[in-house]
Parts: sequence; structure tokens; C-alpha cells
Amino acid sequence: MGIITWSRIRSPWLLHFNTGGCNGCDIEVLATLTPRYDLERFGCLLKGSPRHADVMVVTGPVTRQVRDRLIRVYEQMPEPKFVVAVGACACSGGVFQGCYNVYPGLDAVLPVDAYIPGCPPKPEAIINGVAALLAKLEGRL
Amino acid sequence: MSVSSSYERFFDIPIGPQHPALKEPLFLKLIVEGEHVVAADVDVSYTHRGIERAMQERNYVQNIYLAERICGICNVAHTLCYCQNVEGLYDVEIPSRALYIRVLVEELARIHSHLLWLGVAAHEIGFDTLFMYVWRDREIVMDLIEEVTGNRVTSAINTIGGVRRDVKPETCDKCLKAMDYIEERTKYYKRVCKTDPTIAARCVGVGILKPDEAVRLCAVGPTLRASNVKYDVRADDPYAVHDEVPFNVIVYDTNDSFGRILVRIDEIFESINMVRYCIKHMPSGPVRARLRLNPPVGEHLSRVEAPRGELVHYVKSNGSEKPERYKVRTPTFENLSALCEMLTSKGNYVVNIADVPVVFASIDPCLSCTSRVAILDSERGKIWIGSLEELKRLKR
Repeated sequence: MGIITWSRIRSPWLLHFNTGGCNGCDIEVLATLTPRYDLERFGCLLKGSPRHADVMVVTGPVTRQVRDRLIRVYEQMPEPKFVVAVGACACSGGVFQGCYNVYPGLDAVLPVDAYIPGCPPKPEAIINGVAALLAKLEGRL
Repeated sequence: MSVSSSYERFFDIPIGPQHPALKEPLFLKLIVEGEHVVAADVDVSYTHRGIERAMQERNYVQNIYLAERICGICNVAHTLCYCQNVEGLYDVEIPSRALYIRVLVEELARIHSHLLWLGVAAHEIGFDTLFMYVWRDREIVMDLIEEVTGNRVTSAINTIGGVRRDVKPETCDKCLKAMDYIEERTKYYKRVCKTDPTIAARCVGVGILKPDEAVRLCAVGPTLRASNVKYDVRADDPYAVHDEVPFNVIVYDTNDSFGRILVRIDEIFESINMVRYCIKHMPSGPVRARLRLNPPVGEHLSRVEAPRGELVHYVKSNGSEKPERYKVRTPTFENLSALCEMLTSKGNYVVNIADVPVVFASIDPCLSCTSRVAILDSERGKIWIGSLEELKRLKR
């Protein structure tokens, strides 16, 4: 493993994008970053700007209104970039499947690297998903 | 020669839909003159999922879970409002133990929501230590909600005719013990908020909303009560067992963001006492009345005090197993017009760009609820707010 790959795996910076969800997943993503679960021990850091981020954490069903902005934010992220779909809505549309303004899952819009199901997923599940993504990166980078 | 021709006085600052200061997709357009915000405009259409339409296509039981996902933070208020609404169509007596459990879970959710908000507000102020402390203690409330309802966030406890789970005696003991701890911590946070110079500097006199303006702009919830207007659905139009459970309506007359922090902290104390009262006075008996799947023809409106303010649900039934029309009016939407007022500099009152996140956070925005209230046509960029008559016409 080269030093660049090593450093990338040790410090994946996250960008959190809510595509129109109910906030349930968002508060669980935040709870994952706060003291009890402390995702930052994996080197993760929540960043505000897509230009600083390696991993986009997407919560909520993708609405038609937010689609273009989501793609634009994704394109602003530097390579290599990864997308994690958190929650049933981002994975498949969830309870909003069939609503006229909602896409059936994030993968209809962006390539997704890891899915974390649950409505909302527990912080433990989110940590598991991030750990799975990091293991995947180790093989791919 | 004049230079003023090339000098533009007003600038537009677009914020969102993805922005570090925002946790949700929202487009905020600020018109600024130098550092001062002179006008603000909000576009909340990014979270439009078409829930009201979807509710017309699903049956009453499926709609409980859809109503729950209008907002993940105040999901208990939404299901409570929905279930009360549908029960209103039947004319049925709900077991009083179920009503006590509903209030118990509602108040636990209010404690969790207000602590969550206090953390987010501290984060917006730039006081991340407080954010981390508050969220650590909030996990205790989350554990209680999980213990009582079986889920951490979307609780799925309320159902048409009562609640889905009974509360065990050992859970009650755990609740009482945890309430003592939360009360002690909240006292500490109140002391921090009252004495810390950073919080005072960022919040006192920021985001002023005068009482008459608050009433005129239909502000609700803690935003209204921080403007010294005593209005709370739990006291003014009691539902469930709120007419039995004693509590005080908290008001502050500071009219600013600081008052909104104090209102919410004091409401946590009131909620703690209500949780204690509910546990001590909970009657025994069944927790659910079984009802037919399709309610009789009719319409009903129900109101609930969600953590963010007054929540209104309306249902129209045509006797089938699906509602003919469902309508939701959520608190954040009411507060957005008050927000635009707070963000407008007038006379001696000046809003700096740096104050915007604090003022914005002070209404406790929960936009996932919001965008169904206006009828949005994103393709044509057209927004209008329909009266009931217009909605009835559109339906046909």
C-alpha cells in the first residue's frame, strides 16, 4: 500500500447531503459523529465543502427538485470519490416509493458504493457501513 | 465624474441548497447592503416529496407510517396528530392508559428534540463543546425512547385506537432515574447559557421579533412564546390527557434568539415533570381499542403542539379505506415568514450576515415538514398557497 492510499483510507472526509429526507437519518448521522459513537476515530471528519470531501453521505429520497444540485455537488468533489446511501429512502425510495416527485433510490442518479439500510439506520449500522466502505477502498485504491 | 454609476448598492447572496450552515436542503436568498441584510427570501421546495398525494393512495394504516416520515424529529407529534384525526372520524373512546403513554412518549420526544436543537444552536454559535456535551446527554433520552417504543428515532408507537406497546414497570423506573439525571444536566446547561459571554454576544438582541409582529405573521411554538405571547395548544386546546397533566406555558419577553434558547430549556424542565406525572399517575387497563379499517364518511381536524409549534392535520373520509383528502400544516412553515422578518434590517435594528445562521437556527427549522403546505410547481417555478376552497377545487 502506497502512502497516498494509506492516508486516504485513514482520513476519509465526509460531505453530508440531505436530498429531501425526513431528518431521521440526518440526526442519526450527526449522532454517529458525537461522543457516544464517535465516528471520528476512523479519521472521518464532516466537511462543509464538496471540494474537500472524499465521501458523500446521502440521506433521504432524491426529489426531482434536488437532483440537478446533487449531481452538481457530486461533480465538484475531487477524484477518487465515493457515495454512501444512508437509509431506506436513499437506498430504494423507502416509504416514498411511487411518489410523483421522488426517484426510486439514489442509484437512479449517482453511482453508489455502499448502502446502509434502515429507517433510520442505527448509528452502529452507519459505523458498520463506513467500515465496510473503508475495507472496499483498501482493495480498490 | 461620478463613480456611483458603477457602484452596485445591493447584492444577492445565495445560500444553499447544500451549505455547511444548513443541515437540510433550503435555498436562502439574502439581499445585502455591505454587511447588512436588508431582505431575505426562502425557497423550501427541495424537500417536496408529495406526501399528501401519496396518502390518498394508501390506506389508513399505511398512512400512519407515512405520516411518521413527514418529519423524523417530530415523528411522535405527527403520528399523534394523524391518529387523533382518524379516531375523530369514528367517535370512539380511547383507553386512558394509551393516552397517558402517548403523552409520555410525546414529552420524551420533546426533550430529545429540544436537546438536539440546543446542540445545533450551540454549533451555529460556534460553541462546539456545548454541542458535543448536549448530544452526549441526549443519547440517554434516545435510549429511553428505544426502551419504551422499540425504536430510536421513528418510534411507531401511536396507532389508530391507541398505542402499539404497553410500558413495563421496570421501564418506568428507568425513565424516572434518567429524568433526574437529565434535569440536573439541563440545569447546568441553563447556567452555561445564562452566564457564557459567547452565547450572550451571539444571541442577545439578535433576531428580534416583536409580539405584535409575531402574531401578525402567525409565528408558532417557542418562537412565538419567546415573543411574550402565551399560546400553547396543550394548554389552550388540550388533547390526549393534557387537561390532566399539569404544566406551565413558558414565555419570555426578550423577543430575541436568546429568549428562544431559554424558552426551550425551560420547556425541557416542564416536559421532565410531565413525564414524571404520567409515569406516577398512569392508570392500568388496555392500551388499544380495535377499530374497523374504513372510518365513516366525514371530516376532522386535529391540532397538536409539536416541539416546533402548532401542528394541524385535516382529513376527509369518503367511507372507503383510503382518505379522500389529507392536509398537513406544519410549524416551520408558519415560522418562515417570521424568519424573513427577523432577517430584515430596519432602523436601529441591524442584521449582519454573520448573524444569519443563529437567527435561522433560532426558529428550530425542520424543513422536511415544510414544503407540502404550499403547492409547488417546480418546473414552472410557481408557488402559491391554497385555501381550503382552492384545494377542494384542485382535487376535482
